[in-house]
Amino acid sequence: MLILQCPYCGIKCDETELAPGGEAHLKRYGPGSTDEEFEAYLFERKNPLGVHFERWRHANGCGKWFLAARSTTTLEVFGTYKAQTTEPPAEIVAAIKAKLPDWEGRQ
Amino acid sequence: MSDAVTALNGASSVGPVAQVEERGLQGMVTLRADLSDPALAGAVEAATGCALPESRQILTNGDRAVAWMSPDELLLLVPYADTAAVVAALEAALSGVHHLAVDVSDARASFSISGPGAREVLARLCPADLSPAGFGPGEIRRTWLAQVPAAFWTDEAGRFTLVCFRSVARYAFDALAGAARGDKVGFFSQG
Amino acid sequence: MSMRLEQGGRLIDREKTLGFVFDSNRLSGFAGDTLASALLGAGKMLVNRSYKYHRPRGIVASGPEEPNALVGLGQGARFEPDQRATTTELFDGLTAMPQNAWPSLGFDAMAVNGWLSKFMPAGFYYKTFIWPRPFWKHVYEPFIREAAASGRPPQEPDADKYEHFYAFVDVLIVGGGIAGLQAALTAGKSGARVLLMEQTAHWGGRAPVDGAEIEGKPADSWIAETLAALEAMENVTLRTRTMGAGVFDHGYALGYERVADHTPGDGRVRHRLWRIRAKQILTATGAIERPLSFAGNDVPGVMLASAVRDYVVNYGVAPGRKVVVVTNNDDAYRTALALIDAGLEVPVVVDARERSDGPLAREAMRRGVAVECGAAIMKVKGKKRVEGVMLCRGNGTGGAGATVECDAVAMSGGWSPVVHLWSHCGGKLLWSEENAHFYPNFSRAPTGAQGEAFVRTAGIASGAMGTGSVLKDAAAAAADACGAAGFAIQAEAAQAVDAEERPMKPVWVMPEQALPELRSKMFLDFQNDVKVADIQLAAQEGYESVELTKRYTTLGMANDQGKLSNINGLAILANSLGAKIPQVGTTTFRPPYQPISFGSIAGEARGATFQPLRRTPMHDWHERNGAYWEPVGHWRRPYCYPKPGEDHDAAVAREVLATRNSLGLLDASTLGKLVVKGPDAGRFLDMLYTNKMSTLKPGKCRYGLMCNENGFLSDDGVVARIDEDTFLCHTTSGGADRIHGWMEDWLQTEWWDWKVYVANVTEQWGQIAVVGPNARKLLEKLGGMDVSKEALPFMGWAEGELDGIKARIFRISFSGELSYEIAVPAGEAMTLWGKLLAAGREWSITPYGTEALHIMRAEKGFIMIGDETDGTVIPQDLGLGWAISKKKDDYLGKRAQERSHMVSPDRWKLVGLETLDGSVLPDGAYAVGEGVNGNGQRNTIGRVTSTYRSPTLGKGIAMGLVHHGPDRMGEVIKFVATDESVIEAKIVSPVFYDPDGEKQDV
Repeated sequence: MLILQCPYCGIKCDETELAPGGEAHLKRYGPGSTDEEFEAYLFERKNPLGVHFERWRHANGCGKWFLAARSTTTLEVFGTYKAQTTEPPAEIVAAIKAKLPDWEGRQ
Repeated sequence: MSDAVTALNGASSVGPVAQVEERGLQGMVTLRADLSDPALAGAVEAATGCALPESRQILTNGDRAVAWMSPDELLLLVPYADTAAVVAALEAALSGVHHLAVDVSDARASFSISGPGAREVLARLCPADLSPAGFGPGEIRRTWLAQVPAAFWTDEAGRFTLVCFRSVARYAFDALAGAARGDKVGFFSQG
Repeated sequence: MSMRLEQGGRLIDREKTLGFVFDSNRLSGFAGDTLASALLGAGKMLVNRSYKYHRPRGIVASGPEEPNALVGLGQGARFEPDQRATTTELFDGLTAMPQNAWPSLGFDAMAVNGWLSKFMPAGFYYKTFIWPRPFWKHVYEPFIREAAASGRPPQEPDADKYEHFYAFVDVLIVGGGIAGLQAALTAGKSGARVLLMEQTAHWGGRAPVDGAEIEGKPADSWIAETLAALEAMENVTLRTRTMGAGVFDHGYALGYERVADHTPGDGRVRHRLWRIRAKQILTATGAIERPLSFAGNDVPGVMLASAVRDYVVNYGVAPGRKVVVVTNNDDAYRTALALIDAGLEVPVVVDARERSDGPLAREAMRRGVAVECGAAIMKVKGKKRVEGVMLCRGNGTGGAGATVECDAVAMSGGWSPVVHLWSHCGGKLLWSEENAHFYPNFSRAPTGAQGEAFVRTAGIASGAMGTGSVLKDAAAAAADACGAAGFAIQAEAAQAVDAEERPMKPVWVMPEQALPELRSKMFLDFQNDVKVADIQLAAQEGYESVELTKRYTTLGMANDQGKLSNINGLAILANSLGAKIPQVGTTTFRPPYQPISFGSIAGEARGATFQPLRRTPMHDWHERNGAYWEPVGHWRRPYCYPKPGEDHDAAVAREVLATRNSLGLLDASTLGKLVVKGPDAGRFLDMLYTNKMSTLKPGKCRYGLMCNENGFLSDDGVVARIDEDTFLCHTTSGGADRIHGWMEDWLQTEWWDWKVYVANVTEQWGQIAVVGPNARKLLEKLGGMDVSKEALPFMGWAEGELDGIKARIFRISFSGELSYEIAVPAGEAMTLWGKLLAAGREWSITPYGTEALHIMRAEKGFIMIGDETDGTVIPQDLGLGWAISKKKDDYLGKRAQERSHMVSPDRWKLVGLETLDGSVLPDGAYAVGEGVNGNGQRNTIGRVTSTYRSPTLGKGIAMGLVHHGPDRMGEVIKFVATDESVIEAKIVSPVFYDPDGEKQDV
């Protein structure tokens, strides 16, 4: 039962108040994309042992989608941040590196 | 004058340390807009007499109030009969500003939970910190009530107001009334 | 023979006698007794039969680790199986039944004792009952189920109430012994919000029984003073009868409060499940004593030494007059002394160690107790009760030695810290050679959301064994926890000394070289009848993993979860494998610590509040008028309104015909309604729908399809343009929340610069469809709005007041008839419903349900999301190409619909189907083609998606997806029903009724 703090309303959400949304920072491919690009967008998902970026919606609360950087092994949350970004913000990356100096960054 | 009715016609239930009662018709307007837009504060004040609330805040002025629902959404509470006029006034005041103002009075049911056990009634059903230190007057919390979404706030007298969707009014009432029939748990220092 | 002593019993009130029934015997005990102490007090040694061999079994323990004394408690609607006598508080009128005995405890027809055990070795389920195959189902399984019958399920609905309680605390302390109390005192002083839970009805744990002194006083007085101090603290909550059931991620914990188990029927909730969020969790859960493995260690009267002490000191109950103590450590001497203090006889202490000269042993000897060092119990004499023990050398094979007469045995194999809660969420363990137990590896604690350690242990649970060490450890752990939770405090512990004790000696088999005959009588897991020999056999057969050995032998798999057996079992496995114990490791500790009731898990979710039921404003009217309900999501919609004497088919046919011929009325309030507004609303809807919505004119409606990014159809509905900036999107019933979330997802995470706001107004409006050739006449009769063809044409909408009620009227049709969908504020919908019914009487207005709705839409060839679609169907499959814009560069699903499989001519496509004999095709039936597939199954070429008897046409009609379907009009194909009968059907147009749409556009 995770707790993730919603970066929009500040509530430390009980996991039951959230809806999961899978991997974050996917780039959408639409008409004009190659089959490979489109299939990767649709089907290929990271499943890292360790740092992962994911989408969560504060569905039973303020309704906003946010993103979280979280360890899939220890469940440590390095930070949550607003969804209107295509890359993890610098402070999130710094927070991860502070805890995990060997982390090689988002692949 | 409409002859609108609430979902449960004012159902009520009295427990040993808390009472639950369906409140009467309540005008409610959902207002979505960029809350930092200069036109907003004036429009909200004209409608409710309240300033713009901060994050998760509810401000009250007599029979009107305004609650912060999300970074771009407010809930205005006004007398039921005034709702259409309030929506029209908001539309006028915000013309040219990207916004959405819509009457949701009939989409909701609202309940009052009172008595010394009111906090414990909600703490039986909501995964939120209901301690006086964790939640007090002036704040609105959106969360679950058992298995349905709800929002609630409290006043200085310790009375809670809870809002949920109309279709689940009976379920919410049954859950609240069941919780209000419980004995005092004694977890909170007050109530 | 166990008995009540004349004196003693710190927890019982001899003034208050309580009557109870066990196994049809009327017995009595005292207030403060547990069922176990009352049974022992009443001379009941034999309380159960074992699970597999039906061996006679007695009470072994005094707490939740008890493996044998399981009873069926209560009667009727308050009956519950598998209740532990040791954790059941006695109350007047209690009734309990032993569980595994037939026809009686004393004579068990299933008892097989020795002889059959040879045929039930480790893994016997897997080995013995495999062949011949059919025997499993008809012979072996019924026999095993009967023989292994444990608790019977209750036959009546539970009469009790249960509830949850959400609590947020800084520090949760589990365990109300002296460690927990010390920790709470320290934490309380820090100002942190503290919840202290104790699973029994009493504070203080074992310390008073063990004769501990704290601050120079008997433990009891320190406990009372500490409790008083804690009760005075506003920031500390104390709960007895509340067990820490589990620790989960990010500081979530469950507390199981047995509010009224001891006062059944008093009106209070029976159990309360505390759902706790704690910044820090401190487990002061103490330790559990281990049994020793000697032959006959399961005979009634053989008990844990600590339990014997508990019964004597706490309840004034003795398990026997002559009690042999067998031990590998000093602590058991406390039991010998307690027995002597109570005037009972201890003929001998059998000490496995070569020397025993600690202060406790010396005190016992001083008081006349004989101590046999380097000795072992070879075997216990007696079957239904202990009659004596035969002694032998500890390091031998079990050659006969002296026989000592006794009627009880108190055994101690050392202590294992209760590390369950520490381990639930990933806390790691270390092996202590000194104490032969696992204890927490403090450097590898469970970690929380910030990567911080959030579980700590206090006292004996940490491996601290002496009173002084326990208190110091608890204060330090509490100070650490408070510091981590943001409440700095100095650790200040109450003063006490650690009693001087000599090292224990690990003894896993007694005697060490015991021959097989003895090993096959040494029980490890009393509840599942797993013996030392079973583990050794499993090791011989190649089992090395402790997890696999557990499952193969069933060691620790009973509902005590191996609290007594696990360490002994894995030590024997390690020895058999020639490995060290920590290398073999432990099995996984999983919550709950002890079984908790289903009622507590359900909480309020039963009866009327089992699940939310969504009701439309007309729900009560439907109910009063005999609606037969159909669940649609959480909504209930009328399926039909049968009249007295009418079956559902007849009611549905009547409703369809009345609507087609005159006037029908449908509660369509469940339809999803989303307002989409903003300068970019048109552009946004063009992306969401396959067709173009931005070109829709205000005042008009358009049917639209939504697909997911896989291209598959996910929802459909009519969009009405309210004004230049505003659209009202109708979704399927039950689809509103999902589509609302879908819209928000794209607006918030992909097109966040688009100026669009969405609001879900589904429940703001009650929606009523007025349908049929007389629909217009009815609305004209009510008056207030111009509903003529000119003012309100097909696929138009208008706003106004209908007979005084503010309304929006949409001229849309899902039936093919002249149809108006009227939306009014939900609070007035019932009023309008009533007006329509009254005014429509002259046209025999007929309310109709979802089945009539479905039939009428199928007659028109309209698809239904969830019938024609199943998450693999694209609009092109359904002949909905007309609703897909060719002009748009992009919409959600467009790219996917260009993928090779999506454009394949071999996709199954929608057609109508008519059986040759007019019968109704079975729903979901497959059409079969030539040949068979790789699995030898008939090749399929299509399937039925919707099928009804059409009252309008007087025959069966269906829609289905068929390979090359639209190119095969007129062809007859074969469908196979589940009874393998073949039904022939002709492929026809899916539009069966009014193909030119003349009726809806009048």
